[in-house]
Amino acid sequence: MKTTETPAPVPAEPGLPVTKTGAPPARPPRQTHEGGVLNVFSHGILVIWAIMVVMPLVWAVMTSFKDDRSIFSSPWSLPDRLHFDNWARAWTDAHMSEYFLNTVLVVGGSLIGTLVLGSMAAYVLARFDFPGNRFIYYLFVGGMSFPVMLALVPLFYVVNNMGLLNTIHGLILVYIAYSLPFTVFFLTAFFRTLPASVAEAAFVDGASHTRTFFQIMLPMARPGLISVGIFNFLGQWNQYMLPTVLNTDPDKHVLTQGLVQLAVSQGYKGDWSGLFAGLVMAMLPVLAAYIVFQRQVVQGLTAGALK
Amino acid sequence: MQHGKYRFIVGFLAVPLGLYALFVVWPFIQSIYYSFTDWTGLSPDFAMVGFDNYTRMFHDDIFWKSLEHSLLFAVLLPVVTIGLALFLAFMINVGGRRRRGGPVVTGVRGSSFYKIVYFFPQVLSIAIVALLFAFAYNPDSGAINAVLRGIGLDGLQPLWLGDPHLALWCVMAVLVWSTTGFFVVLFSAGMASIPADLYEAALLDGASRFTTFFRITLPLLWDTVQSGWVYMGILALGAESFAVVQIMTTGPGGPDYSTTVMVLYVYQKAFRDGQAAYATTIGVALLVVTLAFAAIVMRLGRRERLEF
Repeated sequence: MKTTETPAPVPAEPGLPVTKTGAPPARPPRQTHEGGVLNVFSHGILVIWAIMVVMPLVWAVMTSFKDDRSIFSSPWSLPDRLHFDNWARAWTDAHMSEYFLNTVLVVGGSLIGTLVLGSMAAYVLARFDFPGNRFIYYLFVGGMSFPVMLALVPLFYVVNNMGLLNTIHGLILVYIAYSLPFTVFFLTAFFRTLPASVAEAAFVDGASHTRTFFQIMLPMARPGLISVGIFNFLGQWNQYMLPTVLNTDPDKHVLTQGLVQLAVSQGYKGDWSGLFAGLVMAMLPVLAAYIVFQRQVVQGLTAGALK
Repeated sequence: MQHGKYRFIVGFLAVPLGLYALFVVWPFIQSIYYSFTDWTGLSPDFAMVGFDNYTRMFHDDIFWKSLEHSLLFAVLLPVVTIGLALFLAFMINVGGRRRRGGPVVTGVRGSSFYKIVYFFPQVLSIAIVALLFAFAYNPDSGAINAVLRGIGLDGLQPLWLGDPHLALWCVMAVLVWSTTGFFVVLFSAGMASIPADLYEAALLDGASRFTTFFRITLPLLWDTVQSGWVYMGILALGAESFAVVQIMTTGPGGPDYSTTVMVLYVYQKAFRDGQAAYATTIGVALLVVTLAFAAIVMRLGRRERLEF
């Protein structure tokens, strides 16, 4: 057996039958060998990385069921019994329930707003010729590569002057604005791929532009809307930087901020088990949703990069 | 299609464009303007000071440290993450044992399982990931030192985030952990679309599988790698590095400023120290770095597009 990690090149063996798909049963021996070594090697590496990905998550779940003393004394031991009281404490005393509610409100509002406004802008930019079309398109798309933090300093005062600081609806408007660049970029490309004839036929039949859009084009754009919707949902649900700057009132905290806040305050109280319960509570719904909608999520998140 | 066309266009664009202009474009323009003032952010009064903020920035040691760390993030993180992801994706797609009569190049058994698991960190918030690892790195009760003790390395108990020489690497490792899976899945999709005949022909000609990676896989995947590189670099300069450094490191910014990055420094100057104008100056520097990074990667990576 070869033990080196990188097998030497297989010398060309003349006179071998040409191996085409589904052809000969006899295989050149060296190649089998090499394939086997590579196979063991690649499985080994892949398993190691899988363990490295999963172990921190497993550790978090285990810790969330332990009492504080065993968290400190033996970090990797199994819980002596399942301390569900950690979860109860996190949900009520540590305000996780409120953080969940705030997050659902903010993400619900901004997701709908992003999809409606994003598809309206994208449709017009993709389908109509007018002066300034390209300029507006690049204005939107350019927003993807600018460092958001630069804008956040003045934005704080813009939002403050409008009386929108520390409000749920203010946060929704900002989330929508910062989700528009990718949404418009993605949906403009998507609307361009839809056939023009259907919209024209509807228009000839007397439908207005607005009606054509809502009743014909939007339903046709459903696959694109689902992809970009998942992308925005995860981005907005996991958002940390925008609320950290614009939403400093503890009562209005969203999940990510709330947990970071909790980590700071529980550090003083010493309730680590409650904190871990909160962390796992925030992780599990997203992981569960991912496992159920795995194909759509991967499609939604990789769609932008493959364009 | 002319009737009412312009009214429709204006009607549909007004709200999204207005919102975008007010909350995104206008603040960007303002912040460049503010970088030439002495605005504190606390009072509405300010005066123009010309290039004073920029002069101050060039003499600010912490700024240079944050720039150095940000550049390290932007250069090193994509290299490590994308390199590791390409390697894992290649193993998933080409490392399979050849089954009798099957194609020459196959994916490993359970390839879809690996892809599902590797993608886990991508759906979690970077803030949650940062918190989790902040505890894992804890020198006394954290998971990592406990593993070291468990395998008999009692003498090796680093302070991790508390050690100025290690803290930055700890933070980077977390970003590698959380983003590699996304690129594995992305590259796997690209590799799956490369026709198997190309590998067959190369293997018949005597190429090893590792040669096929550099001669076939990488060139055909180059466009995806390049856009992934830019994407990763922008994240590493911006939101992701802000979250991990702010949440994980003490200060925040690490012991002896050993982990501070530009985006965190902007945040601290504006919202902790009441120096909004100076913060926007550092923000402008961050903008320059980001755009220069994207331009350099696009330029270096430019090659003939390969059709297959």
